[in-house]
Amino acid sequence: MIPELGHLALIIALCLAAAQSFFGLGGAQRGNLIWMNAVRPAAVGQSFFVMLAFGALAYAFLTNDFSVAYVAANSNIALPWVYKFTAVWGAHEGSLLLWVFVLAIWTVAVAHFSRHLPQDFSSRVLGVLGIISIGFLLFMLTTSDPFGRLLPPAAQGADLNPILQDPGMAIHPPMLYMGYVGMSVAFAFAVAALLSGRMDVMWARWSRPWTLVAWLFLTCGITFGSWWSYYVLGWGGFWFWDPVENASFMPWLVATALVHSLAVTEKRGAFKSWTALLAIAAFSLSLLGTFLVRSGILISVHAFASDPRRGIFILAMLGVFVGVALFLYAWRAPTFSQRGGGFKIFSRETFLLLNNVFLVVAAAAVLLGTLYPLVLGALKIGQISVGPPYFDHIFVPLMLPFFVLIGIGPYVRWKHGSVTEVLSKLRIPAALALWAGVVMIVLLRAEVSFIATAGVLLAAWTIFSALQEPLQRLWQRLHHRHVSLPRSVFGMSIAHLGAGLMILGVTVNTMLGITIDRVMKPGSSVAVHGYQFTFQGVHAVSGPNYRAVQGAFAVTRAGKKVALIYPEKRQFRHDVTTTNAAIAAGPFRDLYVALGNPLGQDSWSVRIEYKPLVRFIWLGGLTMMLGGFIATLDKRYRQVRVPATVDVSAPPKDADTDLAKAPER
Amino acid sequence: MTPVRRKRLIIVVVIVAGVAMAAALGLQAFRKNLLYYFTPVQVAAGDAHVGQHFRMGGLVAMGSVQRSPGSMTVHFTLTDMQKSVPVVYTGILPDLFREGQGIVVYGTLDKQGLFVAQQVLAKHDAKYMPPEVAAAIKKAKAAQQAQIAAKGAS
Repeated sequence: MIPELGHLALIIALCLAAAQSFFGLGGAQRGNLIWMNAVRPAAVGQSFFVMLAFGALAYAFLTNDFSVAYVAANSNIALPWVYKFTAVWGAHEGSLLLWVFVLAIWTVAVAHFSRHLPQDFSSRVLGVLGIISIGFLLFMLTTSDPFGRLLPPAAQGADLNPILQDPGMAIHPPMLYMGYVGMSVAFAFAVAALLSGRMDVMWARWSRPWTLVAWLFLTCGITFGSWWSYYVLGWGGFWFWDPVENASFMPWLVATALVHSLAVTEKRGAFKSWTALLAIAAFSLSLLGTFLVRSGILISVHAFASDPRRGIFILAMLGVFVGVALFLYAWRAPTFSQRGGGFKIFSRETFLLLNNVFLVVAAAAVLLGTLYPLVLGALKIGQISVGPPYFDHIFVPLMLPFFVLIGIGPYVRWKHGSVTEVLSKLRIPAALALWAGVVMIVLLRAEVSFIATAGVLLAAWTIFSALQEPLQRLWQRLHHRHVSLPRSVFGMSIAHLGAGLMILGVTVNTMLGITIDRVMKPGSSVAVHGYQFTFQGVHAVSGPNYRAVQGAFAVTRAGKKVALIYPEKRQFRHDVTTTNAAIAAGPFRDLYVALGNPLGQDSWSVRIEYKPLVRFIWLGGLTMMLGGFIATLDKRYRQVRVPATVDVSAPPKDADTDLAKAPER
Repeated sequence: MTPVRRKRLIIVVVIVAGVAMAAALGLQAFRKNLLYYFTPVQVAAGDAHVGQHFRMGGLVAMGSVQRSPGSMTVHFTLTDMQKSVPVVYTGILPDLFREGQGIVVYGTLDKQGLFVAQQVLAKHDAKYMPPEVAAAIKKAKAAQQAQIAAKGAS
């Protein structure tokens, strides 16, 4: 009964989504107030029914309703209840439901927080969101119904893929989807701006917090995905340049560019068309990510679908959304005033422009490396792949100058910067960075390479330059001087600090990490970077739905006990085995042990890794996220309502004078 | 040229130069790191050069896996049901590596025609066969049938 209600809820949601987009776009076009007043209730109602459907599926999982085909295929009585819940998005149909569920959350948020916007604008935004909702609901109802019944019902259920039975899996997909789907809000704002002819400073100000929130969720999702693959899949790696990872990395790169470009549009009224194009691109890449992952053309843990209709449907949807948006862009964007603030070569604008160039080039390179093999394969020209070396070759030369600029940009004034002023401001970070580079060379003379030194130097440069501004203002405040640190500036500093920490972690871990594969017998030991790993043998253990062989390793350093860790080989039903590494984590290094293969006579092949600063990678990701969060709390995004008498299209005060002086283009 | 235009021109030139350089670097990295994929039939036909890194997919032939006791070195044969290539690998094998399983190996061919693998990939699902392997087997089978048909006709 409940699954049928879930199915019905999806159909009702589809009807309401149709109403939402019709009244939203049509009402705004015709200036019909009655229609526009119907948009919010329709949007909230649509979201409510989507959430109801999600609840129905979750209920079916939690109550072991194996008469539902999707539940029977992805759950099992013996599964712990938490994983029964996360199994809701463990495969294709449910993850689509999660997609629309997340869209519903965003829609409700937009409906609630957009009341201060002009009604025609908010109606259009909700209308566009409604169309996206229609696309995905139709996709689900026609090709991937999660509520299909199984006759006769299964007695037990097949089980969730064991590698998905993990706490990381509870966090990674919802966070990633919050980011992916959040890009649809930035997209909806851009399309609404194009439709209403309101591509102006206020548009940038309105869509900025939404973009930031979507960006921080995307950052969070990618960070958790990397962490999860580190201890579940990865044999100790944190990033593999797997097409599925790239599918989330491309929207992230473009979204990062968008966040920076929006800053220029909001502050200075420049780069308007470019910002709109980036918003369209970020959403397109999110859809492309969905297509890559869900169509089954990529083969990995993430690829569930094998039904070609599904791939074609998503591809068609991608074509329609992107095609219409780009058409609208080509048609409307040139008609808007491109009058933005003029700026000198040495100015904040130039630095942000360079930021955008680097990030977009990086995204394009990832796109090429990801799609080219797929296209060749699809056209049956040949089977090739591009591995991590390609991406490393591209990313290292791109990121070296990028991280030089990241330290300078925030200190350059808008419009017309002064080289001497910036140089004097950046004395201390530059000195500290050089010092870090020298220390690196002196400490590690033998093992040091150019890239390692450059990476550490640039990481230190980024970190110190990011810290200088907030620390300086804090210092001044402690001395009773009245200085303010706007939250958006503070957030930016924190986010840049996170980028620095991440680069530090990536460089040090890649350059100085040690991996050793050894054959070990009980009692034998291996020394890695001063740590002594002693294998104490294996014994059998059993979990709620698996049996396992557990190894025990004692780790000592200079005779002192450091840790006792237990890597496992888990045996699930259907002959599925997973390797669960054991990690002795520390703030500055991880010690990583994984059981390889039994080699007979009690001996095992064992992988032992010493991973310096690997935690900094995820710490950096979380710090970036925190920075985005702080920036979102900035006061100017919290204006409750624009007074009716004020012309909202007028630029904000701080940009007023600049714009007045700006030369006519 | 007005100062504004000159400035704009400089910016455009810098960006175009930068993007062109990035594109050149990218394409070069791309060419150098293209990784070909061959089937045992193609390897037997001499498509792969000695010393060239490439990937090869197929099934682990039944009864072919040989371990040297107490070492991580494994010898096995990779087959697409038509041709077979001997493979040697030293290291930890993935959990799903077993005889009859479809896998992909990465490495080089030595002068004796032995494939020295640096990486062995088996995917996460016991039922799963890499699409390349499935395609290779299908192709090999079709070729076999065509041969039989040709023999029957002659």
